[in-house]
Amino acid sequence: MSILLVFVFVLAIFLGLELITKVPSQLHTPLMSGANAISGVTVVGAILVAGEGFGGFATVLGIVAVAFATINVVGGYLVTDRMLAMFKSGKG
Amino acid sequence: METWLTLAYIVASVLFILGLKMLGRADTARRGNRVSALGMLVAVVATLLAGGLDYTWIIVGLVIGAGIGGVAARRVQMTQMPEMVALFNGSGGLASMLVGSAEYIRTIDPAGLTAVAMVLTVLIGGVCFTGSIVAFGKLSERITGRPIMFGGQQAVNAGLLVLAVLAGVWIVADVLNVTGLPLVGLAFAGLVLVALILGVLAVIPIGGADMPIVVALLNSYSGLAAAAAGFVIDNNVLVVAGSLVGASGLILTQIMCKAMNRSLANVLFSGFGSVVTASGAETTGEIKPISADDAYYILEASRSVLVVPGYGMAVAQAQHAVKELSDQLAANGVEVRFAIHPVAGRMPGHMNVLLAEANVAYEQLVEPEDVNPAMETVDVAIVIGANDVVNPAAKEDASSPLFGMPIIEVDRAQTVFVLKRSMNPGFSGVENPLFTRENTRMLFGDAKTSITALVGAFKDV
Repeated sequence: MSILLVFVFVLAIFLGLELITKVPSQLHTPLMSGANAISGVTVVGAILVAGEGFGGFATVLGIVAVAFATINVVGGYLVTDRMLAMFKSGKG
Repeated sequence: METWLTLAYIVASVLFILGLKMLGRADTARRGNRVSALGMLVAVVATLLAGGLDYTWIIVGLVIGAGIGGVAARRVQMTQMPEMVALFNGSGGLASMLVGSAEYIRTIDPAGLTAVAMVLTVLIGGVCFTGSIVAFGKLSERITGRPIMFGGQQAVNAGLLVLAVLAGVWIVADVLNVTGLPLVGLAFAGLVLVALILGVLAVIPIGGADMPIVVALLNSYSGLAAAAAGFVIDNNVLVVAGSLVGASGLILTQIMCKAMNRSLANVLFSGFGSVVTASGAETTGEIKPISADDAYYILEASRSVLVVPGYGMAVAQAQHAVKELSDQLAANGVEVRFAIHPVAGRMPGHMNVLLAEANVAYEQLVEPEDVNPAMETVDVAIVIGANDVVNPAAKEDASSPLFGMPIIEVDRAQTVFVLKRSMNPGFSGVENPLFTRENTRMLFGDAKTSITALVGAFKDV
């Protein structure tokens, strides 16, 4: 594991803390659910583990991980989009 | 890693960052979500194209996951959104835990830091998974919303944490060939088990009213688990996206805690609302019920109405009826506003989602600090299935567990209607002196039925 990753991690944490400091409360749910979809990025890891052809139990775990991470990604983005489609102004 | 793959991951990371930023503003939020989805697509497609992968089973996993996620997202009702988000969150945590486990099984000789990351992935991912499942159970009322406490709970939790640390140390030490202890696979299985149990035990003592905070915190965990998995497989897009979510989840958690004037430690460990607390102040006065007809006459003569929705509105699915009532009132020349408390409902911003579904314009929504100073000018405040967020004990009674929490001060409005199914105390289990105030009238019954009756009365004129 590269120590550079730790560097990236620390910077990304600080960026995340700065990004959403002032969010109107009506957006809390979509923001949470949208962020939740992003956490499904673990699907990338799952794909790599499932596809490396190691075989056996590790591959089975990888495939199950792909399925669950994809539920998180697809479900998360769709549900967030559905919610945001409902938010509209009275003038609009 | 190939250069073009790294470049694709950088593009994906930038799209995630832009997407999250746009999600924080009303006019760009929907586009922001799509920008972030595009980032995910870039990351996934680039990974698939990276080559050297056996696609058959990956495709099966992707199709199954997309099918389940897609159907669930389309079918879910807006009132059930909190438990749906909890489930999605749990499946993300589980996936990270599985990635960590699979890598452990697969890797013959990981470096020391990688082993530490594996332990953390399994621990955080496991807690996030079962914690989210318990939160789902509480939110959907499959299990009791009351805190579940037992003797020595803290000691058990502490013991489990010690076990997890020991297992972790054993695994890392084995990787470094310090001990040469046998059965390290058993230690790993034990770690998985302990993580899963810890997730359950961490969430069961937290009451239903505190679920917005728990859901936000679990969301943060799922991000951190993904970041830890990124360290395991040496993948930068996992680390960047995971830590963004981890950090933003923490911020949201902090916002929620502030809205309740409680510390995170208090939320997590106090078993808040496990007993029905008798408020220090005597509840004086009596409960004055009102009929829908009489409520109609008062509303008909009013100029300014403030609606305060709570979880009861979600349970009764009353948001559309409420919107209809607000239209009838507006047609009658009444100014109608909706006061939304940040922690009303079961997840951050829950009420906003429901009112948006019913087409209430967001210009009509106001926050407590905007409406409280001029509360005396409100003729009628209609409290629909909200309780703790309008409890005057929060500012008057220093012995109340709610004391210090900012509330919507409807008790200072000219008249207050409280729509409620029965006289049971709220989710937190704290008595509410508002119900016996001189200016309060109780409209008992299902919120949707009551509101529909009011709408009917307006239409009959």
